[in-house]
Amino acid sequence: MWEIIESNKRRALWLFIALFCVLVIFGALVGEVFLPAEQPFTGPGVWLGIGAAALLAAILGAIAYWAGDDIVMSVNKAILVTKQQHPQLYNIVEEMQIAAGLDRMPEVYIVVDDAMNAFATGIRPEKSAIAVTDGLVERLSRDELQGVIAHEMSHILNRDVLFMSFAGVLLGSITMASEGFLRGFFYSRGSRRGKLSGGRTHPVILLLTIAFAVLAPILARIFYFAISRRREYLADATAVRLTRYPLGLASALEKIAADSRDLGMYNRFTAPLFIVEPLVNRREARRSFFSIGSTHPPVEERIRILRTLTGAGFRDYQGAFMKVTKEATLIPERILRDKAAVPLRQPPPGDAQATEPTSEQKHRDIGDLLMATAGFLFLPCACGLKVKVPPTLGKASFPCPRCGRLLLLPSITTDAMHTRPEPAPEETVEDEPLFYERKSNGWESFACSCGNIINLSPLFRGRTMTCRRCGRKIMISYPY
Amino acid sequence: MIFGIFIVVLLLLAALLFIAVVAIYNRLVALRNRVKNAWSQIEVQLKRRHDLIPNLVETAKGYMQHERETFIRVTEARAKAMGAGSGSVKEVAQAETGLSEALTKFLLTVENYPELKANENFLRLQEELTSTENRIAYARQAYNDDVMALNNKIEMFPSNIIAGIFNFTKSDFFELEDKGERKAPQVKF
Repeated sequence: MWEIIESNKRRALWLFIALFCVLVIFGALVGEVFLPAEQPFTGPGVWLGIGAAALLAAILGAIAYWAGDDIVMSVNKAILVTKQQHPQLYNIVEEMQIAAGLDRMPEVYIVVDDAMNAFATGIRPEKSAIAVTDGLVERLSRDELQGVIAHEMSHILNRDVLFMSFAGVLLGSITMASEGFLRGFFYSRGSRRGKLSGGRTHPVILLLTIAFAVLAPILARIFYFAISRRREYLADATAVRLTRYPLGLASALEKIAADSRDLGMYNRFTAPLFIVEPLVNRREARRSFFSIGSTHPPVEERIRILRTLTGAGFRDYQGAFMKVTKEATLIPERILRDKAAVPLRQPPPGDAQATEPTSEQKHRDIGDLLMATAGFLFLPCACGLKVKVPPTLGKASFPCPRCGRLLLLPSITTDAMHTRPEPAPEETVEDEPLFYERKSNGWESFACSCGNIINLSPLFRGRTMTCRRCGRKIMISYPY
Repeated sequence: MIFGIFIVVLLLLAALLFIAVVAIYNRLVALRNRVKNAWSQIEVQLKRRHDLIPNLVETAKGYMQHERETFIRVTEARAKAMGAGSGSVKEVAQAETGLSEALTKFLLTVENYPELKANENFLRLQEELTSTENRIAYARQAYNDDVMALNNKIEMFPSNIIAGIFNFTKSDFFELEDKGERKAPQVKF
């Protein structure tokens, strides 16, 4: 375990030095272009350029170090939770803290978002935190949630957050500097350039600088992403080592991969932090050429590695990794010191079949989904039948096709929901939250007090939702 | 002259040897402290389990009047485990294994009482118990890893010489006796 952390540190240091060298060389070239000397690279321009580049990196680095965690949390609208508010989530984090042997318990945050994702922060180790989305907590079982938390704990344990943040800062500096240079260069073409020092830029240096400005950010990004992907695998390996139960993480990743919701607060700077790529279409595009530009390895490969594991040691993960990805080693052989086999925990009996829906059920769910998008309403009847009402019905009530009981359409007629553009004024005044009690596990519809029909899918497990039309909060309760 | 060089070389070698001994000694102490720390972590979690049981029994009693035997078994196992608290690693492990067995039987009995399983207070305690069992398992995992590191150092050359001089002793692994009870009691609702 400790050897991995050491090797991680060393590797991160190299990434760091490489990116910093790129930045410094770039600074020198830019300085030379704007303040050319008689003999190339002898004037003050070079040093000014280097100084400016280093200053840029230092400022961004200082911001990341002192305020980075808070920025990430507020960008993602994460809310700090206590043990009283969410005992199970809190317990799981504590368990993983014990397994990881960390001195300090990371803070636990919840992101109010129906998408399924999680991330860890903690540039300063004493301020580490783990955040999970609402959707994740609601839809994962205890073992699956534990797998995800273990993965995030591994990022903290392996110091991934620290190094990736600073590497990200350098990457950002390079991108900013090159964009600034290209813009400044083409704006000031021929006017002020070269007049400050009286010299003229050597054309070769000029070409070199432009090429550098175009290529450096791209190459730095590819380099950064390659390391970021590797760290995801390593965090998976460490998570297995912590929990001794790869099936939990594997099935969590399966559920997350099957989920089609994008994270609301997408931000390309925080994207590498998450357990899976937050945007679904990016996740889908992984197989294409552009996969070198993605921050995360393909989820399928991660799942396949986890499913084929026969032991919880790093050596086992290494073997499965090489078999699945056909890539060379993930962890250098010389640091793989744990020779002893690390046994896996067995899955609890009867777990697998409980979560697997039958094919008939799946067909029905797909049909329901299509109908929901076509504007159908779903009314659960007391006899147990789920009645699907076409949007063209035009009646306020109708008999149930199975038991004949008279069913009322939810409070407002179907055509009103298309014609009434705004809620009535007296309704907007009342500010009390609305309540809706769910009746079944299936599709359900109800009308908001503004008349907007709201469909709830079987997967919806949130506690609150917002009406799309009037923006009112509706509390959803689950009495069953 | 030659004698002088000889003395200097000898002194240098002695200094090097001294540094090596100090380094190995410090490493051994660090490892031993890590084992101690890991053990106290296990003790914290075991105490957590002991504290949880009276609550659990109290909540369940109202629903399970005909299971006096089960309750007595759990309470006795708990008392025994608490008594073993100051003993050696082996004794503690043995007593805790007994408690784990009693708890597993108790949780299996709970299966027959649907009202109890629906009780919110009991569900909360159930989650706490699951978590505590996990914590014990993970603390044990960390402890055993640390013991392995220490024992390796004590046995391997050259640190075994220094370990012998300064009386470092190997630590016991914390192993639960019955393989069947290794798992945390899993109860499906």
